[in-house]
Amino acid sequence: MSRLYVARNPKVAARSLDGEMMIMSGRDSTLFTLNKTATILWQSADGTTPLDEIVEHRICNEFEVEPAEALVDAETLARELASHEILQISEEPIPPRNTVAGESR
Amino acid sequence: MPQLASAVERLSLVIEIGGMPVRVRTTDPVFLAMLLERYAGFLAASSERAEIEFDVDLTPSRFADPNAVVRVTQRLGRWTFERGDFRAEWEPVSRTGWIRQTANPYSIDAVLRIVHTLVLARQGGFLLHSASAVRNGKAFLFAGVSEAGKTTISRLAPPDATLLTDEISYVRKLDTGYVAFGTPFTGELAKLGENVSAPIAALYLLAKGSENRIDPLPPGEAVRSLLANLLFFAEDEELVQSTFHSAFEFVSRVPVSRLTFVPDARVWELIG
Repeated sequence: MSRLYVARNPKVAARSLDGEMMIMSGRDSTLFTLNKTATILWQSADGTTPLDEIVEHRICNEFEVEPAEALVDAETLARELASHEILQISEEPIPPRNTVAGESR
Repeated sequence: MPQLASAVERLSLVIEIGGMPVRVRTTDPVFLAMLLERYAGFLAASSERAEIEFDVDLTPSRFADPNAVVRVTQRLGRWTFERGDFRAEWEPVSRTGWIRQTANPYSIDAVLRIVHTLVLARQGGFLLHSASAVRNGKAFLFAGVSEAGKTTISRLAPPDATLLTDEISYVRKLDTGYVAFGTPFTGELAKLGENVSAPIAALYLLAKGSENRIDPLPPGEAVRSLLANLLFFAEDEELVQSTFHSAFEFVSRVPVSRLTFVPDARVWELIG
């Protein structure tokens, strides 16, 4: 099974406020508020860490959940975020030049 | 070589909203008179240097839907604004543009709103769907969608409150903080705001209820509410990002609360 890599789309604006991550699509100005899992995924999406490692080291550590089950959920979430062009996903590492994220505080 | 045609006389006026003078030129004296009446109170001396200049080309009346979706796009430094009832272009570098429309005051009003949102977006400011008023030297903004109560709260304003607008507030970020300016952009009240400005003391999200009360909003909800009420038209990633960050900056500096009110004048006892 191939590994999946995720990277933040540089064309979105992102800010964290009181632990809430908000993201606005540069394409159509749609505003998204990410839940905790999606926030972790967003923050970890550096284009070089495989999704299964993000799940194992960041998500499973935070939530008491089985890695296999968490990976399925994370993939679904990543694809959904990608459908809104918030994340880029690829079966190859995503070069850093494409992963300059919008400001995130 | 003899001139083949004499120059067409261009008439002009300067409309100054939010401290930004915009010159509008036309060859039609009737249209000019219409604009002079429409923007009375927001006119600068015609000799004043304008920051933006528009030439208006009037076209014959035809069916056009002013409720059609507006499109604001940018290509190679030139903005294009389009709606059913007008088409306009504006080039920020030369500060000039043109508007093609019929002789009505609504189309140019929309163009002015658009161009102001574009200029403000680069300066950390914005136009907001909100009524606003000055009381005791401070500006208060009352935001909400249609029917939220913008017109009602404006009508209920006491005599010592100066109405800036009952529909669209003009917010600029200055070195001293955020300042609200009066606008000629009207809602149901159909009354132009006063052409004055004041530092913004609070933003209220309007809600009609059975009592008058003010409840501070958590920052996340404040940002979402602010963004939901911003006027923003441009299909432009850079401006979307700067407007997004401006909303956070505003919320970090200006108190944002929910104002629940019954429709009578006592609500103003809580304001100012």
